[in-house]
Amino acid sequence: MEQTITQKILARAANRKFVTPGENVWLNVDVLLTHDVCGPPTFDIFNQEFGEGARVWDPEKVVVLPDHYIFTANEHAHRNIDLLRKFAKEQNLPNYYDVGTDRYRGVCHVALAEEGFNLPGTVLFGTDSHTCTSGAFGMFGSGIGNTDAAFILGTGKLWEKVPESMLFTFDGEMPEYLSAKDLILQILGDIGTDGATYRAMEFNGEAIHALPMEERMTLTNMAIEGGGMNGIIAVDEITEAFVKSKTSKPYEIFTSDPGAEYFSKTRYNTAELEPVVAKPHSPDNRATVQSMKGTKITKSYIGSCTGGKLADFKLAAKILSGQKVSVPTNIVPATVKVARDLETELYNGKSLKSIFEDAGCSIALPSCAACLGGPSDTVGRSVDCDVVVSTTNRNFPGRMGSKNAEVYLASPLTAAASAITGKLTDPRNYL
Amino acid sequence: MESIIQGKAFVLGRNIDTDQIIPAEHLVYSLSDPEEVKLYGKYALSGVPPAQSGLPEGNIPFVREGSFTADYTIIIAGQNFGCGSSREHAPFALQVAGVKAIIAESYARIFYRNCVDGGFVIPYETAMHLAQTVKTGDELKIDIKANTVENLTSKETYQLNALGDVFNIVEAGGIFAYARKENLMAQS
Repeated sequence: MEQTITQKILARAANRKFVTPGENVWLNVDVLLTHDVCGPPTFDIFNQEFGEGARVWDPEKVVVLPDHYIFTANEHAHRNIDLLRKFAKEQNLPNYYDVGTDRYRGVCHVALAEEGFNLPGTVLFGTDSHTCTSGAFGMFGSGIGNTDAAFILGTGKLWEKVPESMLFTFDGEMPEYLSAKDLILQILGDIGTDGATYRAMEFNGEAIHALPMEERMTLTNMAIEGGGMNGIIAVDEITEAFVKSKTSKPYEIFTSDPGAEYFSKTRYNTAELEPVVAKPHSPDNRATVQSMKGTKITKSYIGSCTGGKLADFKLAAKILSGQKVSVPTNIVPATVKVARDLETELYNGKSLKSIFEDAGCSIALPSCAACLGGPSDTVGRSVDCDVVVSTTNRNFPGRMGSKNAEVYLASPLTAAASAITGKLTDPRNYL
Repeated sequence: MESIIQGKAFVLGRNIDTDQIIPAEHLVYSLSDPEEVKLYGKYALSGVPPAQSGLPEGNIPFVREGSFTADYTIIIAGQNFGCGSSREHAPFALQVAGVKAIIAESYARIFYRNCVDGGFVIPYETAMHLAQTVKTGDELKIDIKANTVENLTSKETYQLNALGDVFNIVEAGGIFAYARKENLMAQS
């Protein structure tokens, strides 16, 4: 029987040779990720269900990366960090990245890659819907709730329904005015926010395999915006070079068989694609930037697991170099490493950090920040009547703060170009 | 497990995401402290834009000002209910507010799993467009064995999809209860 890469990875985790879409299987989990919002309730359920003194199934496989509500005066948010710290200590978890120490990393999905937890062929579940980001590394990554996470914590196992796969192929070279964000917004506009529900979204083609890992992560990150169980890209030399630079752990490479069955196959030619936005209030509400040009904005936001990686800031810096922004522009590096790289990475002889500062942007500390609104004192949180152009992943009503704000999702290129003019602006005007 | 769920309906549209079910700023409350838990009921569905809250008229708050629970037991919605984040706080908030079942045309995967595995509310699917038929405040009666829902206000009966594979988990009350029953985990 011929299988997709997702089937093969799940079969390995289920100790099977084959698995069939639609069947429920019990999987052995390689890594469980959690953070400050969902960690404390997960640990509560674990303690309650497995009893006093219970131990997690494998401390090495539990990764705790606080990132959501970090730089806030909110006492309840601080209490959540205290609860993570307490559990990590009780359970002797080696992979806890504590706030306020030099172990703090920032946004979990980006930090997982930096710390070498993304390993081809493995199964990683996390208490965050964007856990699908890890699929960029030829592995299965998917989001779950607290109860499922607590079950994994105690048993190392979880049931999952084997998904059908949808294949998205991008032919041609990536033009300099496009980023992976444009590709995924293109797909979402075509399939809708539930077009991939309970399915795998597999990406391939010449354009995909020319992308750096961080851009591939933008694609798999937003699989959940189509309802996808996981997003996945097969391993190539670029993946292997990245993984080997982060860890010496062994891994296994799986690829889809030529005759594997897909729910659908869609081909795109990158030369025919344009910079796009997702209009309020849904990630599938696609329009070309050209058709929306001139729409006034009050804020530009470049950050998050989707759009706050070094690759995203490199794109933004190309546009902002030597320019001034005309609306408040937040630069929110996903992780501490990305923040440091902004100081050392140069464009035209200037660090990205100084390019952004000279353009008049404000640079925030690394965390999820206003991507999901957060407590009232969160940097960049939208207020009533805000119109935000953002490199984040969701523009549901109220997602970035106020229910009365409008959010346009866009690539870092488009967010940067629009920051200069104060209106939605095609990045080709500045390239 | 009850065999009948009866109560008032609260009707919503499609693509009700988890930020609308429980806005992110409220995720900081404890899910175990009884006093703080009440706040999840108070803010359940508080992120729904007013015009879409309580269809067909709209502008009906799910939980009345000053209250911690809703007058509604059954949510009726269109496609893709619970899309967005993985926050289990979402089905939990609905349960705390007094919801026992949701009837939607389809669900986002993580929300659906959370409803079932956490044993919070029963997520029924139906092929019918009930969000266009049922009105907020209608009295509904779900027959769990028959997979039907009767609208006592309009005297109509609608078919629900069988819960299928997940029925046993729903019946047990969640993944832990189910796993104990099936000897899938070490007894604590």
